[in-house]
Amino acid sequence: MNEPGVTTRNEPRPNRADDEFDTEPLAITGPRRLELGTSAWVGIGILLLWLFVAFFGPALSPYDQGEMISYDSFSPMGETLLLGGDFIGRDVFSRLLFGARMTMGLALIATVLAFLGGIILGFTAAAAGEWVDQILSRINDAIMAFPSIMLALIVIASLGTSTSVLILTVCLIEATPVFRLARALGMDISVMDYVEVARARGESVWWIIRREIFPNTLAPLAAEFGLRYTYSILFISALSFLGLGVQPPQADWGAMVRENLMGLTYGSLAPLIPAAAIGSLTISINLIVDAFLALSNRDISEEMI
Amino acid sequence: MEAVLRIEHLWVEGRLPGNDYVPIVKDVDFTVRQGEVVALIGESGSGKTTISLAALGYARPGCRISKGRILMGDKNILELSNKEKRALRGRSTAYVAQSAAAAFNPAMTIDYQVTESPVLHGLMKRREASARAIEIYRRLDLPHPETLGRLYPHQVSGGQLQRLMVAMALSCNPNLLVLDEPTTALDVTTQIEVLTAIKEIIRQQNTAAIYVTHDLAVVAQIADRILVLFGGEVQEHGTTGQIVGHPSHPYTLKLMRAVRPVPKTTLSVSDSQKPEEPSAGQPLLRVKDLTAGYGRIKKKVVLRDVCVDVPPGTVVGVIGESGCGKSTLARVIAGLLPPISGEMSLAGHALHPKIKMRSKKELQRVQIVFQMPDVALNPRQRIRDILGRPLEFYMGLSSSHRKQRVHELLEMVELSSNLLPRYPGELSGGQKQRVNLARALAAEPDLILCDEVTSSLDTLVGAAVIDLLNNLQKQLNLAYMFISHDLSTVASFADTIVVLYAGRVVEQGPLQSVIAPPHHPYTRLLLSSIPELRPGWLEDVITSREAMTAISHAVEITDVGCPFFKRCAMAMTGICDLQNPPLRTPVSGHQIFCHRDIADLQKAASGL
Repeated sequence: MNEPGVTTRNEPRPNRADDEFDTEPLAITGPRRLELGTSAWVGIGILLLWLFVAFFGPALSPYDQGEMISYDSFSPMGETLLLGGDFIGRDVFSRLLFGARMTMGLALIATVLAFLGGIILGFTAAAAGEWVDQILSRINDAIMAFPSIMLALIVIASLGTSTSVLILTVCLIEATPVFRLARALGMDISVMDYVEVARARGESVWWIIRREIFPNTLAPLAAEFGLRYTYSILFISALSFLGLGVQPPQADWGAMVRENLMGLTYGSLAPLIPAAAIGSLTISINLIVDAFLALSNRDISEEMI
Repeated sequence: MEAVLRIEHLWVEGRLPGNDYVPIVKDVDFTVRQGEVVALIGESGSGKTTISLAALGYARPGCRISKGRILMGDKNILELSNKEKRALRGRSTAYVAQSAAAAFNPAMTIDYQVTESPVLHGLMKRREASARAIEIYRRLDLPHPETLGRLYPHQVSGGQLQRLMVAMALSCNPNLLVLDEPTTALDVTTQIEVLTAIKEIIRQQNTAAIYVTHDLAVVAQIADRILVLFGGEVQEHGTTGQIVGHPSHPYTLKLMRAVRPVPKTTLSVSDSQKPEEPSAGQPLLRVKDLTAGYGRIKKKVVLRDVCVDVPPGTVVGVIGESGCGKSTLARVIAGLLPPISGEMSLAGHALHPKIKMRSKKELQRVQIVFQMPDVALNPRQRIRDILGRPLEFYMGLSSSHRKQRVHELLEMVELSSNLLPRYPGELSGGQKQRVNLARALAAEPDLILCDEVTSSLDTLVGAAVIDLLNNLQKQLNLAYMFISHDLSTVASFADTIVVLYAGRVVEQGPLQSVIAPPHHPYTRLLLSSIPELRPGWLEDVITSREAMTAISHAVEITDVGCPFFKRCAMAMTGICDLQNPPLRTPVSGHQIFCHRDIADLQKAASGL
């Protein structure tokens, strides 16, 4: 998105005619591109921390995720249990470290799949138009018409609870808005003259999607990816909270909130810690997305001038 | 006369990548008095827009006003706070931008947008402002001033919208009007309509104005004084009479040379004896009875029964105003829009209407070059890839051959090969248009469809592109279908001319027999609308009755009768509006579709 080559225009160019009144345009630019604000850096910091946890958490955790350490429910924080114990005496800290990989990983796989499907079908609808567009768009509308949690309940209830079913369900639900966005972006680009030229050259729809449309929609799609990833985390957490997501004894932040909910009445922090983890992760991603959106918008406003 | 604006020793700097500032306007000094129009003229990059914006106390992002004073009355507006500057803008200074279509919000009525500024500045109540707006509409000679405000921007024509933007600027009765290329994006005929309105309203209101343009012929009509700019510096400064009549600076002379002369309308002896063989051989492209339109279920017909032949190695100029179907014709030939009916053939072989059914060879032989270089090149592809793709696609060249050929192509369009790793955004408008052309040449076509290729470029750059096209045509024995609304450009190098009006061919034939003298009333209108580089031309044009009838109407597509009926000074009610005009052929190869006979048309032509 920010190739260094784009803004360097300093090297001298030979004049094409030796004419004293030939000019080259000056490259006047606004503020430089990769100037991210503090909030974006805060977001990046938090995200890096969680990524570190997701990669190395299980190796660093003092106990296994299923290991029962204490015979008490909701033991307070202390030497052995850094962040206290959960409802059956497992270590909340260890489960948080294990859960990071599960929560972030599942959401990432689901979002990537959703984007692959949504973008390919959306661009196809935009580039092919006519009946292809009609069929794809109406199917998409039909899926979107179901409330997402209801749809997930139906799919999981009929196919059973497993990680792959969970991923595919989230993928299906997240792919629908991606399809809409990709189709709208593709429609805008596909009427541009450079796409017309490619069409007149005889290029295939697939080539036009890959080489003409996709590179020009990267910025908004990247921003949408951040957003959709957050939704996926929340959605998987919500399903886990309902007992339809990640199954015990595996740790997942959403499931951890649900398991330990009754701890609230005993003044335990066990349900609040994973909730805070979900919150901080989603907020960090949103901060980054906002910063990139602002950057890409400024790109556009510069082009307008 | 009182000075409305004094700019003293103005320096503006722009920021380069890496935080270095370079001066883009250097020590500019001028005064605008009440009732006076000062024109800033120069090519793109000369700093004319930067200066005009600085007159409003504004610098674009990445620019800063570094030195100098801008005095409005006795206030230096550079010392005002942002709040005070805002109070000034719109109220005592107003700006008219190049593209009215982009300046109006399509979701609000015209009246709301025109009256917004006085209401916002607390000068008038909405009702008063609307009443005043109607008064301005009337003065700008807009149709139905009482009800016009209730319409939305898309419901009026381009020329009317441009005049409405002037109305918007005048709504607060400003002391200073800044007009930035207000007619550049318009047809020649519409340009006359807008120029006349602007000139008249400036005279009536006695406002001061800064007029920014690259077109000397336009400036000669409207300006009192001219500043010729190059590289941010004033090259020459004088009254319009001085600059146009006795230019002294070499750069001014260069600008004057780029103004294309109005094509000769009298037949010289050598021209009439020029052999006019309507080429006996097979045409390269033949278009027969082509009808095309848009819309899925109920098609809106935009082209009707069009027949055009393009012989190999010749230039066919297609002219007409916007909305006449010129670009549609190019799109149909390129296969981008399947026609409703009609046939096309390439070198004797039928050309399938759909692109998917054409062979690679057929696609390769016909290439299309679009009008706007900014949107014709993918901003995310390097020049190398843009030019390399047709080579790979049509010829299957390996990457090393491709590399060599891309260098040759850039050489052909007179560009340096260190542009290869760049993106289109880093090129100037003229460079982009050359790359655009090089991409078409890469396919080694027989025919290039050029859709308004010079219209978005300024005069000097456009002239250079035309020269290039001309040279390439001779070198490579190409055929062009050259589409333009500017007859002077087309006439400078076309062999035959097709005049399109409202989707129909009204006249076609060899260049000389079409324009010397012009027969069809529409051809005559187009010819007389080409701005001439002499003060007073505008007045001459609008006093002729012919132009007035023609300019008061927009292009309208009709099903019966002659499409030009409403705008034609020679129209015969009862015949022209009811029957399709018959074909007349004064000489072989020259077709005129008109109810008037040749003698009548020739008589009218000699009165021109």
